[in-house]
Amino acid sequence: MAAGRTTGLATGGRANTPASGSPLLGFVHRRRRGAELFLLVLSLVIGVGGYAAVGLGVDGTVPADIIGYGGWLTALIVAAHIVIRLVAPYADPVLLPLVATLNGLGLAVIHRLDLAYAARGRDTDFAPTQLVWMTLGVLLFVATLVIVRDHRVLARFTYTLGLSAITLLLLPMMPLIGVNRNGARIWINIGSLSFQPGEVAKVLLVLAFAGYLVLHRDALALAGRRVLVVDLPRGRDLGPILAMWLMSLVVLVFQRDLGSSLLFFGLFLVMLYVATERPGWIVVGATLFFAGAIAAWQTLGHVQSRVDIWLHPMRYYRNDVPPFSDQIVEAQFGMGWGGLLGRGFGEGDPTRVTYAESDFIMAAIGEELGLTAVLAVLLCYGLIVERALRVALISRDNFGKLVAVGLASVFALQVFVVIGGVTRLIPLTGLTTPFLSYGGSSLVANWVIIAILLRISDQARRPLPALSTDTEDADGETTQVIKL
Amino acid sequence: MNKPIRTIAVFCLALFLALMVNVTYLQFWKSDRLDEDPRNQRVLQASYSSERGAILVGRTPIAESTPVDDRYEFQRLYPQPFLYAPATGYFTFGNSTGVEASQNAVLSGDDPRFFVRRLVDMLSNEPAQGGNVQLTLDPAAQKAAFDGLRALGDGVEGAVVAIEPDTGKILAMVSLPSYDPNKLASHDFDAVENDYQRLLEDDRDPLINRALATRLFPGSTFKVVTAAAALSSGKYEGPDALVPGGATFQLPQTSGESGLIDNEGRNCGSGEITLRQAMEQSCNTSFAKLAIDVGAEEMFRQAERFGFNADYLEDIKGQARSVFPADLSEPEVGQAGFGQFDVQATPLQMAMVMAAIANRGVLMRPYLVNQVQSAEYDAETTRPEEISQAVSDDVARTLTEVLVSTVDNGTAAPSAIPGVRVAGKTGTAQRGVEGQPPYGWFISFAPADNAEVAVAVMIEEAPGRSIAGGALGGPIAKAVMEAVLQ
Repeated sequence: MAAGRTTGLATGGRANTPASGSPLLGFVHRRRRGAELFLLVLSLVIGVGGYAAVGLGVDGTVPADIIGYGGWLTALIVAAHIVIRLVAPYADPVLLPLVATLNGLGLAVIHRLDLAYAARGRDTDFAPTQLVWMTLGVLLFVATLVIVRDHRVLARFTYTLGLSAITLLLLPMMPLIGVNRNGARIWINIGSLSFQPGEVAKVLLVLAFAGYLVLHRDALALAGRRVLVVDLPRGRDLGPILAMWLMSLVVLVFQRDLGSSLLFFGLFLVMLYVATERPGWIVVGATLFFAGAIAAWQTLGHVQSRVDIWLHPMRYYRNDVPPFSDQIVEAQFGMGWGGLLGRGFGEGDPTRVTYAESDFIMAAIGEELGLTAVLAVLLCYGLIVERALRVALISRDNFGKLVAVGLASVFALQVFVVIGGVTRLIPLTGLTTPFLSYGGSSLVANWVIIAILLRISDQARRPLPALSTDTEDADGETTQVIKL
Repeated sequence: MNKPIRTIAVFCLALFLALMVNVTYLQFWKSDRLDEDPRNQRVLQASYSSERGAILVGRTPIAESTPVDDRYEFQRLYPQPFLYAPATGYFTFGNSTGVEASQNAVLSGDDPRFFVRRLVDMLSNEPAQGGNVQLTLDPAAQKAAFDGLRALGDGVEGAVVAIEPDTGKILAMVSLPSYDPNKLASHDFDAVENDYQRLLEDDRDPLINRALATRLFPGSTFKVVTAAAALSSGKYEGPDALVPGGATFQLPQTSGESGLIDNEGRNCGSGEITLRQAMEQSCNTSFAKLAIDVGAEEMFRQAERFGFNADYLEDIKGQARSVFPADLSEPEVGQAGFGQFDVQATPLQMAMVMAAIANRGVLMRPYLVNQVQSAEYDAETTRPEEISQAVSDDVARTLTEVLVSTVDNGTAAPSAIPGVRVAGKTGTAQRGVEGQPPYGWFISFAPADNAEVAVAVMIEEAPGRSIAGGALGGPIAKAVMEAVLQ
């Protein structure tokens, strides 16, 4: 497949960095839109087939609205595909099918959970709502691709984007619109709509960081003094990282949102490291992170109880008084019960886990579809991250590189934090599982992330427009090299 | 910037690998351990709503699952609840007893023997179905024992155990008062909880299976063990061997009433009498002296060879260990010789003593599960198993002779069956509390020369009746033996 070629391309990307200055070799990416279409058909088989399987497993019949549902899902996916063909023909062909698979599977599982809640006498319409959110997500995806024809224009709005991100992050702490839910203050209510601004802030922050770092990377990288064996940055260059550290502490302390705080800080560290190519930043950042984490653990009760529950879940199971570990223990029981192949749709009891449709959707998948499906989902996530990092590698401009690597790592970190929490690899922190979990803000934000990645990859894979004489020379050199 | 990007890629790979390894550990290796957690409601609920196999006596189900139209899909039914409750136990959400508990793997279909079938069921998306468990119980014997005990009145507390001597099959296992497992298996959990509390608080302990969980002084029935020890010691031979007699006996190292043993007016001669007479008349003085003569050590060994101080019943939980203490002093072993002091036995244990004697001295392991059946595979029948040679063949013959005389001419007469040689022994054990009525025991086997059944009857309470001797237990034992012999 294209894999071998794209690997070769990495060299091309490097050749384009200012350091080398030699022009790009005459390699042109194939568009591979046909391959994308084929993969999309497979993803629809999973999405629509999963929906049908839920009906078969729970009620014994294919759901009555399978045509309407399947048609809607297909229309959304095909629309996204056509828009890519029109406005981003060279975009990565694997990202959209992966996302469509995850989103389709998520809808099927959420539909399954709706039926499970109904069996328990609780009326929910998570799946239809999620389909509406997905529609909105695809619309924004299309809008992003159509409006942003070149991702580099986004670099112009660095500070605007940064400010809006911080405003969004602080919104839930405002009176009137901010809402407390399950101990975390990360929601805002406007009218009857509720929204998690952090999810959008995440995207804006990546763009803002990238814009800032592209401008200041030299100052951050070159100035500084050596302490022991580590090159430490200058004091004034520490400003932004300290600001970021404080902001993640604010999120942690005042919004009680462990996951997001970890996510933002980790994201910033990764981008700083990539921009400056100096591991010293990782050392400084990791030190700050652990200092913050230990301080939080010692002073914040809810952090302490999270860690306790993580270490000894059975001790707090069905407790009379808080803390409770029922959610994590039920998730463990459910996933263990699912085993290798799962109980099958309708055969498990996934709603024993509270919030099975959002944070704990992986537990529901593990219980009813088994380890096999969980590993498949993890593989999909892994491939998304891998494709995004590949985009970063081949991107011809530093802003694009930084945005792509930022989005890739925010995605990887989020998946790690939430699935690691659900499977008890790390203490549980509330975050949504991208594309799978029920939740509009997260779904919409993630569709936009994919749109930006596709835009950057389209730019990166697109053949250079005009061939200069330099390039001809280069071709001549190449020919000689081959002759030798 | 590509070098750090590659580093980040490796870092992300590590994150995903960690997730994959961890989830594989959780869902593959740790899965079994999580399923075994008693608090795991999923496993409980699944077992509760699956079609469990039936518990059979012969071909008749005494516990079966029938389809019902509620969320649990199947309701456990016990067609003859009170009669078989001590054997079946009950099956309720998250809690079960008796064969329902001990044979749960078979009944639920989780037993490794059903692995292939479970796999087929899983692949064909059929609900799992459990295997059947056929018990060794003989319905006629069980009924005879139950009716006999219940005929003693409303407040009766007691138990009957019957064993097939040459295999160890438990033919009857009755405990009164009994309870209705149907009420505990109901899907109305509040009603179940109420009924369970009521049963728990009942002073007569209906939930206790007295046949194997209640230990009492075996009283005079233990004289059989003392006689076995005496005969095995080689100092006495044959049914007419001369043993010490006498109307009273002052235990060594004692003085006064508490150490003075008498025979409650039965004729135990003076000087020496035959073993036959001592058994017929249930002479306390003789067996106290014999026990002292044989010694604590030998008495202890003999008791253990009959199964005291051991667990032997594997088919059902709750078997209490019968006790014969080690290192008894002389006065203690004297009292132990006629089943007092700290000697304690379950009805099952005393039935085993008789079964061993009836089986030429060979003690068989008692068992309750005769066969494990599955729809598609051959039934697997339990093989009888020897526990020990409790006494030699010769000693067994002598004891049989003596015990037959005890029925024909002595205290055990109520169990006599016309035309059949029956061996038997009564027992009346003091509770050790002044003013409380004693317990009544009766143990027997028949036919004496080629025994088909050994029985132990224990009556703890029979309000308004005189428990002493074989008057109450004898006829019940007789009815059970007749039920088996017919």
